[in-house]
Amino acid sequence: MPSRIFVTGLGLISGPGNNVQDNLDSLLNLRSAVGPLRYIETSLKDELCVSEIPMSKEELLEYAGLSGNEACSRNSLLGMIAAREAYLHAHLNENHGLRLGLISGTTVGGMDECEKYYQDFLTNDSRNEFIDIYDCADSTEKIAEYLGLKGFMTTISTACSSAANSILFAARMMKAGKLDCAIAGGTESLTKFHLNGFNALKILDKQPCRPFDATRNGINLGEGAAYLVLETEEINKKTGNKIICELIGYGNACEAFHQTASSPDGTGAYLAMKKALDMSGEQPGNIGYINAHGTGTDNNDLSEGRAIENLFKGKVPYVSSTKPFTGHMTSAAGSAEAIISILALQNGIVWPNMNFTTPMPELNFRPVAELIRGLDLRVVMTNSFGFGGNDSSLIFKKYGIY
Amino acid sequence: MAYINGIGTISPQNTLLGHEFLEPAVEHTGDFLKAVEPVFKTYIDPIAARRMSRLIKMGISSAKICMQDAGISMPDAIITGTGLGSVEDTEKILAELTVDGKFLNPTPFIQSTYNTISSQIAIALKCHEYNSTYVHRCFSLESCLIDAILLIGEGSAMNVLAGGIDEMTMNHLTIIRRLGIWKREAIRNLDLWSSKIPGALAGEGSAYFIISGERNERTYARLEAAETIYKPGSVEETAASVTRFLNGNGLSHEDIDLVMMGNNGFEEHDSICEEVVSSALPASARVLYKHLCGEYHTGSGFALFVAAGILKKQHIPASLIVRPSPPKKLENILIHNHYRNTDHAFILVRR
Repeated sequence: MPSRIFVTGLGLISGPGNNVQDNLDSLLNLRSAVGPLRYIETSLKDELCVSEIPMSKEELLEYAGLSGNEACSRNSLLGMIAAREAYLHAHLNENHGLRLGLISGTTVGGMDECEKYYQDFLTNDSRNEFIDIYDCADSTEKIAEYLGLKGFMTTISTACSSAANSILFAARMMKAGKLDCAIAGGTESLTKFHLNGFNALKILDKQPCRPFDATRNGINLGEGAAYLVLETEEINKKTGNKIICELIGYGNACEAFHQTASSPDGTGAYLAMKKALDMSGEQPGNIGYINAHGTGTDNNDLSEGRAIENLFKGKVPYVSSTKPFTGHMTSAAGSAEAIISILALQNGIVWPNMNFTTPMPELNFRPVAELIRGLDLRVVMTNSFGFGGNDSSLIFKKYGIY
Repeated sequence: MAYINGIGTISPQNTLLGHEFLEPAVEHTGDFLKAVEPVFKTYIDPIAARRMSRLIKMGISSAKICMQDAGISMPDAIITGTGLGSVEDTEKILAELTVDGKFLNPTPFIQSTYNTISSQIAIALKCHEYNSTYVHRCFSLESCLIDAILLIGEGSAMNVLAGGIDEMTMNHLTIIRRLGIWKREAIRNLDLWSSKIPGALAGEGSAYFIISGERNERTYARLEAAETIYKPGSVEETAASVTRFLNGNGLSHEDIDLVMMGNNGFEEHDSICEEVVSSALPASARVLYKHLCGEYHTGSGFALFVAAGILKKQHIPASLIVRPSPPKKLENILIHNHYRNTDHAFILVRR
């Protein structure tokens, strides 16, 4: 039974950049994408602070080479663009006969079109071609069609941990011998549906978000898509792909506490991290960096912070949330932040938790406030926690060190 | 090995505990087949239930019925498949957004999130274990079953609570009726196979299963495997996938006694289902069942409930239609489902 899972391809589109390299440049130059809303029409427009990809739907269609293909949601387009980058990065176009899976996370799906045409759907036939594109599976099937994939595919929706769960499910399918390799991650575009929805929950910060800061006041929503290509060790020998790093641990646990709130002691977060750590076989002290979920809400950061303290005792590794760069990419956050963590691992860099000024009195550790270079990072952890208490954690290790 | 050790089904039929196995058939004459609801307060704290939408109440209730049926109080994992999640809540938000939606009611927003069902079940049971939700049309339940079988194989769970759930609303039906594949007027469900009105008959339901690593005295059937096939190019390709799937599980077409057919009343697709089965499983008896539950993304959950019941009771209820004639033995059943002939899914269950 294959037991090692290697990462051999990355693809990421987010507010700070259209591909992995642009995102890396933005991170290195501390360029955040958080700002006013431009492309979605909502009466909240002037009140929200978000990370938007600076392209209209028409521009995205052109970028994807699909101009004129109107019956395609922004969500699907972002997914196609990021999945294509990962697919080409891992030379999957040159490797035939692989049992290649596609596992994608999303939640709001194609609501961007549905919310525009809902009255038409109910009353007339003018927008019928948009009816089928609002469900979650549509973006996954659009990606499959775009890349010519015919193998196993499914769509996961566990809110803000959807992409992390896609990655761990892909790894499990591969370890069970059901797949040779997989494109796994998630996509989520901004929609009025979830901008207004999160606003109704009163957890959006109108200023740039400040995770793990005593003055934090909520989330900046973001959009984007991110996919990783995973290969088993055996298949990697055939593809000869360069190994970016190894996925050595993952954990999925449930808070079972409240539909939208985390428990004050972070039970779910602790369990997810603990499961991932136990599977990895690494000592807590070997984790060099944690890319935290760190949404900037009162509730998450306290709960996650306490869970990190409980797991790592007095020796908390470098911790930061990169959501002040990308916004909270919800269903895509898990894979986007997996890539951001892998970039840290590759470059020996810890990303700063931007906008941090005031430590939280409840916590004994502080997030990293400045970019740190020249580190010998070996193992990194990334957390994704969703509404409903769907908490997942992933651990990546540099390849070739023991 | 994975076994079905408990089932909780809420469907348009009398499938709650204590009823005869699909006898007599419940007749429906509305636009779609509506689920027969249990008394929700039997299963859900009335205070918590007050704010819950119907789909979530159905999900929690069928999950609890399932656990009761299996005789367990805590599963080692909870996995839900749903094509559309809470349609009712999604519609409420879309209606508000049409006006403006600056001050949305947060409750429907929260409940429209697909993972609400799995997480509300976890909250009701205080279950901190593995929890996930699959949302891929007619692959939704099958993905759950694949995940459940993996969890058991990994040794990370002994009892997995896995199920499929979807609801239908009149607004949603009005919308999808524009697509030309659904019946545009109400018919009597028991007349589905002779109706002159073209199109599929819509339905809804919830079916949860305890998938276990061990056989016991409550076991209904062995859940051998599930398979999903995206966009096969032809009937031949679909049939070849069926053969490969069976062979991969150590069986040949002759071993399949019954096929639970994907037919839903839409002639164009029903004939494809028949051709696939004629080609891959020429000797197997065919069961039509969607006149009892209607068509919905996770309708194979109802089929799995039926197949598991048939294997355990060694009896085919008279409300099902069997063609050409009942088989001599009831050992292996294949469930076929599809979404518009684009996504095809199969579940293999054995005695």
